[in-house]
Amino acid sequence: MTQVSMTVNGKSVSGDVEGRTLLSSFLRDHLSLTGTHVGCDTAQCGACVVHVNGEAVKSCNMLALEADGADVGTIEGQAAEDGTLNVIQQAFQDHHGLQCGFCTPGMVMSTAALLKDNPRPTEGEIRKYLEGNLCRCTGYHNIVKAIMAASGQDVSSIAAE
Amino acid sequence: MPKDSGIGASSKRREDVRFLTGAGNYTDDINVHGQAYVHFLRSDIAHGRITNIDTSAAEGMPGVVKVFTGKDFEGVGGMPCGWEVTDRHGAPMQEPPHPILAQGKVRHVGDPIAAVVADSLEQARDAAEAIEVDIEELPAVLDMKAAAQDGATLIHDDLKNNICYDWHLGEEDNDKVNEVFANAAHVTTLDLINNRLVANPMEPRVAVAEYSRGTDEYTLYTTSQNPHVIRLLMCAFVLGLPEHKVRVVAPDVGGGFGTKIFHYAEEAFCTFAAKACNRPVKWTASRSEAFMSDAQGRDHVSTIELALDADNNFTGLRTNTYANLGAYLSTFSSSVPTWLHGTLMAGNYKTPVIQVNVKAMFTNTVPVDAYRGAGRPEATYQLERVIDKAARELGVDPIALRRQNFITQFPYDTPVALTYDTGDYNGTMDKLEAAADLAGFAARRAKSEANGKLRGLGVNCYIEACGIAPSNIVGMLGARAGLYDAATVRVNATGSISVMVGAHSHGQGHETAFPQVVADMIGIDESLVEIVHGDTSKIPFGMGTYGSRSLAVCGSAMVKATEKVIEKAKKIAAHLLEASEADIELKDGQFSVAGTDKSVAWGDVTLTAYVPHNFPLEVEPGLEETAFYDPANFTFPAGAYACEVEVDPETGQVTIEAFTAADDFGNIVNPMIVDGQVHGGIGQGIGQALLENCAYDENGQLLSASFMDYAMPRADDLPFYAVDHTSQTPCTHNPLGVKGCGEAGAIGSPPAVVNAVLDALNSGGTAVDHIDMPMSPSRVWTAMHG
Repeated sequence: MTQVSMTVNGKSVSGDVEGRTLLSSFLRDHLSLTGTHVGCDTAQCGACVVHVNGEAVKSCNMLALEADGADVGTIEGQAAEDGTLNVIQQAFQDHHGLQCGFCTPGMVMSTAALLKDNPRPTEGEIRKYLEGNLCRCTGYHNIVKAIMAASGQDVSSIAAE
Repeated sequence: MPKDSGIGASSKRREDVRFLTGAGNYTDDINVHGQAYVHFLRSDIAHGRITNIDTSAAEGMPGVVKVFTGKDFEGVGGMPCGWEVTDRHGAPMQEPPHPILAQGKVRHVGDPIAAVVADSLEQARDAAEAIEVDIEELPAVLDMKAAAQDGATLIHDDLKNNICYDWHLGEEDNDKVNEVFANAAHVTTLDLINNRLVANPMEPRVAVAEYSRGTDEYTLYTTSQNPHVIRLLMCAFVLGLPEHKVRVVAPDVGGGFGTKIFHYAEEAFCTFAAKACNRPVKWTASRSEAFMSDAQGRDHVSTIELALDADNNFTGLRTNTYANLGAYLSTFSSSVPTWLHGTLMAGNYKTPVIQVNVKAMFTNTVPVDAYRGAGRPEATYQLERVIDKAARELGVDPIALRRQNFITQFPYDTPVALTYDTGDYNGTMDKLEAAADLAGFAARRAKSEANGKLRGLGVNCYIEACGIAPSNIVGMLGARAGLYDAATVRVNATGSISVMVGAHSHGQGHETAFPQVVADMIGIDESLVEIVHGDTSKIPFGMGTYGSRSLAVCGSAMVKATEKVIEKAKKIAAHLLEASEADIELKDGQFSVAGTDKSVAWGDVTLTAYVPHNFPLEVEPGLEETAFYDPANFTFPAGAYACEVEVDPETGQVTIEAFTAADDFGNIVNPMIVDGQVHGGIGQGIGQALLENCAYDENGQLLSASFMDYAMPRADDLPFYAVDHTSQTPCTHNPLGVKGCGEAGAIGSPPAVVNAVLDALNSGGTAVDHIDMPMSPSRVWTAMHG
């Protein structure tokens, strides 16, 4: 067991982990931050995306020890203190960008990373960027639409939501 | 003007808030104090005889609580099948045992041989590696036609062959069918494969079980679409437990698509092991495990023949299908290629003579069961492909050929056992033609061709039997369960309402849509109504969510229970208003006396029900009603879909340029949610047509056992869809006039995509009648270039 320390959603945390403990397991099992989901074992689905030092990272594909000292952001830290949804979260609700909700935390975290680098992505850029995030419910229509809306684009001409 | 609340409003989903903030409560988020972890040792051989299992080394490993093998389950029931299909000679299907852990043989890659329970998951995995298993490998039976031959290797030694049943529906007289085909002016024949798929909800399956010696009670948390069904099957048929001592909870569930209907061995194992170890036990499937253990979908090999007269009227239809059931019977697997498939072969058309033949086969593969659409996509694919081929052979417009043969009079008795209550197939096709701008296709094709691409248009119709199902009818057909549903409407003293429902929401938005109905009926704000689902200790005995049934069946129970509540509330209101009950009207949450200005508010009546100081003596206090609803018939959603593709002739790459759906779902409660359901179904249907394939090699090794190898549709594989739900013929036999929308997209879209690709290729001068799904670039290129 080795001690690992990091900042998660602005709070300092630490814990004892095995060398093989994944960041996703550390967040879920040690910190009870269960909003980060694990949907596969090959780093394909993206349900586990978190931010590590501002970059989108698949937390199932990173050891907890690799995040020692890092600044980690998870879905639990996205809304305001009073619970108000952030712009991306609100756009996903407004445009029905989620159904079962399992991929949603990863989608929201990936979207935040996308919009940080590309504040007004085109439909094609959004679809390309999301190649590491699988959704089985929505057919992606309303996810893409929600991301366009979250970036301030007029989506009223896009077919029904 | 769109409504802003109640039935017909696109109310935003209230469940989204917890999902968007990481506050969902999925089964893997549940941890019980002191829990141990399970790891299953699964077979890496498709077919073999177990000659020895030595668990002694594993038992001594650090943290190991107990190691289980098939021996521990001798005398315990196996996994049951919920539907007994009767074959063409009246004999029951062959129904082999399905043990919780393998006994004697392994029959597919992933078949569980042993299970380790340990203090940590890592310790359980480490110990499983120390279990020694000797397996004498047997030939793997994979090809369905070979499996049906006399002398084929037997998968189940105590069965007479590998055929579960040889089933028939429709015209029994072969001579009559032969005569129809002999007299036909034209016969079109098509061989096709409906490719095996994996449902892959994003949340893998999980089971957490706990047992209390103090009370002799169990709780099972599980990723299920139907917790009461799981409790009944597990208690009555597998473990022999009294139901009142077992609570099954399906909390937030991350997608189902059918594959979480079934009772799985892992659920029964964890429940059994929790008592045996006297410790809570948790199992979480890895995605690789999901590929090896979740029931898979489709996998039909069919030949379909369509007979037409000289005027292009359909005169006969005959299909012969081999349906793969995998190694064991999953909960509802036997019903899928039969009553959910054969009965839909009439489609939207008035074909007078139909014969459906199905041989259902055991093979050394993962069990196959219902996946979004379940039998109806397989029927639709055959029918809509052969019609397009006939149109091409006859040189007629494929839409005109369909329109000419549409059923236009309702109710309509099909030759394959269904009675369609209502529909307007021409009206729906009109909507499609407008929404998809089919008139503009020629110009779009010319533009594509100018860019060196081939453009194709594929159109098809579909019909499905939903609102599953009338218990008396399915009972006659072999179902071992009723298929009604139930709801309890509990009005609280201050007027808010909790509705306990048998349906389970795992993406469908019941928590938002169901309250819209109740609130609309009473005339109160939707926020005053809450849905409770997914916990057998809280909800009435309902059958869960599948087969596009939730609103049509459970919603009807909810309406009936609400009607009972209103009826009683009117009695109380009449007493308070000193009026006759017959004169009481309820509108906008106010009870008033007709023709007067006397009224009393909903909240005053509900408070009176629980504080009955001034109360009618003949009425019981309280305001809570339960209703069970058993549908009188199936519902019949139907629609017409259009797909436009571009094919790159250099590479064979297919791109979806446009996809338009026109559906008739009857009345609609929440249009936003309905559109979302269709989007998702289309995404899965396009996935089947272009990308997805569950593949085994000749030894039965599962080649597509991860997202690295199984091509799930990604955002850049799919377009924006156009959906039109304005064609509405309300269901005639349920109170809301609703039909169900969950499966339509997955049923209606694969033939449209294939028809579109074939249209593109033929437009480019390649005479090709068929490409199997998934239409990978190599398959398309090969079809073009040989």
